[in-house]
Amino acid sequence: MTEHDITLTVNGTEHDLTVEARTLLAHALRDELGYTGTNIGCESSLCGACTVHLDGEAVKSCTALAVQADGAEIRTVEGLADGDELHAIQRAFQEEHGLQCGYCTPGMMMTSVELLKENPNPTREEIREGLEGNLCRCTGYQNIVNAVENAAESLRSGAVADGGTVADDPTADDPTTTDGGESK
Amino acid sequence: MTIESVDPDDVTAADILGSAIERREDPALITGDAEYTDDIQLADMAHMSVVRSQYGHARIEDVDTSEAEAMDGVVGVYTHDDLAREDTPGEAPFNLPVGWLLPSLNDVDHPILADGKVRYQGDAIAIVVAEQRYQAADAAGAVDVSYERLDAVTDPDEALSGDARQLHADADDNVAFDWEIGDAEKTAAAFEDASHTASIELTNQLVIPNAMEPRAAVADYHPGTDELEVFMTSQNPHLHRLLMSGVIGHPEHKLRVKAPEVGGGFGSKIHHYADETLVAWCSKLLDRPVKWTATRSETYQTDALGRGHETEAEIAMDDDGDVIGLRVDTRANLGAYLSTFAPAVPTYLYGTLLSGQYDIPAIHGHVTGAFTNVPPVDAYRGAGRPEASFVVERLMNRAAHEMGMDPAEFRRRNFVPDEAFPYETQVAVVYDSGEYEKPMDEALDLLDYEDFRDRQKEAREEGRYLGVGFSCYIEACGLAPSELAGQLGAQAGLWESSLVRFHPSGTVTAFCGTSGHGQGHATTYAQIVANELGVDYDDVEIVEGDTDEIPHGMGTYGSRSAAVGGSSLVKSARKVVDKAREIAAHSLEADPDDVEFENGEFRIVGAPDRSIGIQSVAEQAYLAHDMPDDMEPGLEATSFYDPDNFVFPFGTHAAIVEVDPETGEIEFEKYVAVDDVGNQINPKIVEGQIHGGVAQGVGQALYEGAEYDDNGTLLTGSMQDYAVPKAEHVPEMDTASTVTPSPHNPLGVKGVGEAGTIAAPQAIVNAVTDALEPFGVDHIEMPMTPERVWRAVDASATADGGHDPEDGTADGGDR
Ligand code: FES
Ligand code: FES
Repeated sequence: MTEHDITLTVNGTEHDLTVEARTLLAHALRDELGYTGTNIGCESSLCGACTVHLDGEAVKSCTALAVQADGAEIRTVEGLADGDELHAIQRAFQEEHGLQCGYCTPGMMMTSVELLKENPNPTREEIREGLEGNLCRCTGYQNIVNAVENAAESLRSGAVADGGTVADDPTADDPTTTDGGESK
Repeated sequence: MTIESVDPDDVTAADILGSAIERREDPALITGDAEYTDDIQLADMAHMSVVRSQYGHARIEDVDTSEAEAMDGVVGVYTHDDLAREDTPGEAPFNLPVGWLLPSLNDVDHPILADGKVRYQGDAIAIVVAEQRYQAADAAGAVDVSYERLDAVTDPDEALSGDARQLHADADDNVAFDWEIGDAEKTAAAFEDASHTASIELTNQLVIPNAMEPRAAVADYHPGTDELEVFMTSQNPHLHRLLMSGVIGHPEHKLRVKAPEVGGGFGSKIHHYADETLVAWCSKLLDRPVKWTATRSETYQTDALGRGHETEAEIAMDDDGDVIGLRVDTRANLGAYLSTFAPAVPTYLYGTLLSGQYDIPAIHGHVTGAFTNVPPVDAYRGAGRPEASFVVERLMNRAAHEMGMDPAEFRRRNFVPDEAFPYETQVAVVYDSGEYEKPMDEALDLLDYEDFRDRQKEAREEGRYLGVGFSCYIEACGLAPSELAGQLGAQAGLWESSLVRFHPSGTVTAFCGTSGHGQGHATTYAQIVANELGVDYDDVEIVEGDTDEIPHGMGTYGSRSAAVGGSSLVKSARKVVDKAREIAAHSLEADPDDVEFENGEFRIVGAPDRSIGIQSVAEQAYLAHDMPDDMEPGLEATSFYDPDNFVFPFGTHAAIVEVDPETGEIEFEKYVAVDDVGNQINPKIVEGQIHGGVAQGVGQALYEGAEYDDNGTLLTGSMQDYAVPKAEHVPEMDTASTVTPSPHNPLGVKGVGEAGTIAAPQAIVNAVTDALEPFGVDHIEMPMTPERVWRAVDASATADGGHDPEDGTADGGDR
């Protein structure tokens, strides 16, 4: 099996590692680097549990090979909060009881963050459509939709407090983290 | 009505029980800190992969492991012969036991690795252990199995027909059991006296539980102490420990089973499977940690299925529309082997619920269990009770139609009246408490029912088809007491155990033998204990899911945790208060009878300024410098709580749908859920359980179904082919509650985990058939795919006299 030396920057920390060509990004993150917050539900790009941000885009890390991510900036659920300050989407999931077993939750939140970046003020229908790649077996989705609405609202008011602009810094993989007016 | 959650810091100790506080388990889950089984990495850990049968039914001619053994990183490859070897752990027969016996049960062997024969696609044949995950999977693929294929059968009726190939030598005609409940003669007489009858033939399809976290296990054997630790996706670690200990012959007291964070179960993680046991066996054999995690394909092939009934049922009415009799004949698919609680599901969890919410003077149920070439069928959310409610509520609809009565009014006139509780049914159970009209009234209100019927009429004139469907369900949770369960065949007691322990500093740890996996027990149990002890919610920690920490336990299933586990915590906490009262009395120099306890303070009656807090008492109890005579130091108590009876939640769910007869598409206009689950410990969590339950019911009604071809090959073996509902498939739910406390437990709670799944399917099927009534469609099998709906409309339109609602040919006929 051919092996490759790659570099992944995960939540701002650079990691050098050696992986087989076929190693999934999800397995590299979990088994090699210990970012076990990213869960695996299907290994076939159908459940969304493994969703991470790859250079700012939400991707299912079970469909990407680790070698394809060589040199990329990756953000996982472990990197959503800013220190002790939870991301608006995390607070919203807790406030709205948008999770039960929590297994789908990291992927759900990563997708939701991307969704809100594209559409800061989505309707409930748009949220449901936007989450079509993420399955949850516990919640019946209603409180997840509530959570995304809740986060949208706090992100919008955060953006207003910031002077109504959203940072457009390509190194910040997610401009919506400016919920408390703070940018890393 | 959405429940607003509140920050626990904003709730006073006196109000903690019953408040919709945010969950304390969330911070770990939303930051990625939580540890699920597959997250566990141990030094020198090997990986196991399972070689599974490709076929539904076959004799194994040969298993050639040579190529696999020679592969990179492979530690070993093992088959049934290796299990039985002298130099490997344990002793034959290595069969998985069944935990519920019926007098007529054919208790067939269930080997953990195939012993010459495979009986379902996915049946384990061999295991491979390798240094790395991918290596194990590769090597499993290289094990060469030669099969002699045998005819397979997947349908219970065919399996029982006498023409099918027999699966087990000692189960003639594939009969697993033959069981009945109620009074056949009395019921036959009721049908003779009836002025009206209605009937139905239906399939309650096989479904796949689909917890989002696949099953997994990590075993770690310590040869120096002979301790074997197994971390696994379990809903009931103590039960798994007991069963596993027997299968691999490892002493129970040296086996630790711990459930780390568990990503949903819905029943599928109750049962004792081969895989987790094999991981434990491997670790013992190899003296090193071993991990196995199912792929999603494996969960599709091996997680115990749910439902799988073929049923004919009839209902008899007198002239006034009172139900006078009900009889049911069901053939239940049990799959290839008997899973842990399988025999109980289509019998005592099904037949006992056939009275629904109704006062029915004569009932008879007959169930035949069938072995077939599908994976074992066992409890899936609701387990027997959804199947019963489906039959009863579909029949009630038919019956109302037969009587020319409104379906809501017909149900109402047949409800068990409020004053009849406790109500003894004709099918061996006593309902604890109920006020069945309340949720029905509330649901009608939320639906704007009167107005709906007008809208329905107008819409029909415009060629649009709206329908409403009701489901007045009953559920039984907290199966008990143990003595009764034993009489019915349970091979386990159904009590729950807990330990409540004060620490010297005044904080509390409470241990409970249930094992949550998403239900929020750490929060709700702390609410219960804080309330009982009058201490701060934040001063209470809950521990579950570890046989090394918790005295004993029976686990989480059957919506039992609040009613049985919660009550056990109350019992332990009250013992603690009793002891603390004596210590308090001693230090207040008063008689214990003169000391009252409120909000965490012991006070002398009539002298309110003389008091001592329970947390100070705890400190004294551990200092033990001045204890009452003959009292042991310390402040903790253990109890085993065995309930007096089941508890019976109930409610009315109703759906309004619009069906497009041209395309067969179904759209929800409204979904209303009014549930009475007794007192609520945390209404936000109750709401979440209802939502999730309904979503699974919607899944069964519209999308889900495990399909097998004639050879027993699974056709819906991935999330691509098996439609787990997505966000856009689940309707917005309008939820409300009524509260009828259960008199059977100190909390007055009933249970909520399964209610939504029990209630939803028949509400939706009833709504769709109501919408399509003008076409004479009176039944469509689940899942009601657009194709099935379209075919049903088409068949009725082309059938001669296809408008007769009793004409069973209008059912789409494709199953
Ligand atoms: S694990 Fe990647 S989509 Fe399911
Ligand atoms: S919270 Fe359990 S799968 Fe979504």
